Amino acid sequence: MSASRFEDPRAEPAWARSALIVVAIGFLGIFLLVPLAAVFTQAFSKGVAVYLAALRDPVAQSAIRLTLLVAAVVVPVNTLFGIAAAWAITRFRFRGRNLLVTLIDLPLSVSPVVAGMLFVLLFGAQGWLGPWLGRHEIRILFALPGIVLATLFVTMPFVARQLIPLMEAQGRNEEEAALSMGASGWQILGWVTLPAIRWGLLYGIVLTAARAMGEFGAVSVVSGHIRGKTNTIPLHVEILYNEYQFAAAFAVSSLLALIALATLVAQAFLGRRLGSRSPQS
Amino acid sequence: MARGPLPGFRLAMGTTLVYLSLLVLIPLATVVLRSFEMPWARLLEVVTSPRALASYRLTFGAAAIAAAVNLIFGVLVAWVLVRYRFPGRRILDALVDLPFALPTAVAGIALASVYAENGWLGAPLAALGVKVAYTRLAVVVALTFVGLPFVVRTVQPVLADLEPAIEEAAATLGASRWTTLRRVLLPELGPAAATGFVLALARGLGEYGSVIFVAGNLPLKSEITALLIMVQLEQYDYPAATAIALVFLCASFALLVLLNRLSGRRARSRPR
Repeated sequence: MSASRFEDPRAEPAWARSALIVVAIGFLGIFLLVPLAAVFTQAFSKGVAVYLAALRDPVAQSAIRLTLLVAAVVVPVNTLFGIAAAWAITRFRFRGRNLLVTLIDLPLSVSPVVAGMLFVLLFGAQGWLGPWLGRHEIRILFALPGIVLATLFVTMPFVARQLIPLMEAQGRNEEEAALSMGASGWQILGWVTLPAIRWGLLYGIVLTAARAMGEFGAVSVVSGHIRGKTNTIPLHVEILYNEYQFAAAFAVSSLLALIALATLVAQAFLGRRLGSRSPQS
Repeated sequence: MARGPLPGFRLAMGTTLVYLSLLVLIPLATVVLRSFEMPWARLLEVVTSPRALASYRLTFGAAAIAAAVNLIFGVLVAWVLVRYRFPGRRILDALVDLPFALPTAVAGIALASVYAENGWLGAPLAALGVKVAYTRLAVVVALTFVGLPFVVRTVQPVLADLEPAIEEAAATLGASRWTTLRRVLLPELGPAAATGFVLALARGLGEYGSVIFVAGNLPLKSEITALLIMVQLEQYDYPAATAIALVFLCASFALLVLLNRLSGRRARSRPR
């Protein structure tokens, strides 16, 4: 593309180039950079002392602990599911394969509020399993299990969606070669498949973790908002904001914004290793 | 049933199906079954109440406008990121995914602060007589934010893969740059851009977190459908919430079918 730069018939006039670049930067600046900058500016608007106090607050600390706990359960479970689903879908031919891929994508097109509602319908007091759970004093809704379930639902597709196109593109020749040399299924997975998909897998895990820590709508429905007990970081942000503690709300938000920025850096890094970028949502 | 010499089909498929059924299919089926428990007349009354209808109009209208804004600017941004080299391009490219990565609650309060009447953008807009925060316009702004990456990310790879030869041929045949863009390039990008548009629309319909902090949330005026479901759940009106969720699921399902059609067309038009 650059070889015949000054005779390139695909080059626009310089003024058109500059105008397009300015419009693109302006659009992304207004819609992305300004809100992002606002989070950090507002977080420090009352000074560093208020910022640190908001993060050290015991209720904030418990929200951070709960969020990390939820992510620690959700990420491994959905990673294993993603590997199993990708293995079944890309390594075998069977009827209903396309349907299965569509079903795995389903949670992405369900509104987070509806996702949370599903578990209320199942486990709530008026739900199907509610009375039985009540008799046995098992708490799912308004407790950790409900939050974990809702988060599992919304983050289910991320690892699988990264791995399916990747493993499809790589084909199964190497694995079949390993098989013919006498490797067992687990040996093939551990020594052939996983090393080949490691960057895509890591990227899927990063996306799952980021979404697990940031999910708001679905968790909001099932958590019951018990302060210091069932509030995750995003729910804590909501409470602070509704109580007009803006500086504190933005301070806690800045943690989530930093996680988001780290995700973008990981993505830029891993995306280059993957060679191509894939729209992930 | 399965073809292929590799082991592990039963384990992998079994795990996938059991997990998918328990976590997604059975819960989704519950919504459908529960809404059929209601008398039809009552179901119809709930899903066509004035408050529900107003919420559909706002949600669908705002999501469609936001997706259209993203369609136009998304193609433009993809073009600039793929074709031009300028300082900061890579940072900008990475930043496009911010709406995927930033939790919606954080986006919501950030947009509320930016577009409030004394905010960075709210103040100049208010001086021009445009009020954004706590209006329906705010819903459009929030949905534009959450849907921003879709068109860019679907168009970008197609644009990068285009053969230079077709544009050179157009130029050789005497087409101006503008004609080439209109007659050669945009038709090539069409299916990808349409996919991005539908993805942004689907995402916008279900969005909750980023909208509720900036919209006024007034019933009949600035209340989105997701919030209406939330309100009904908080009032323990599960049947009403279930009925409206069913409308939502039908809309999402229709969009999913549309997307499958579009991706089929893309695969056919680009044999690679």
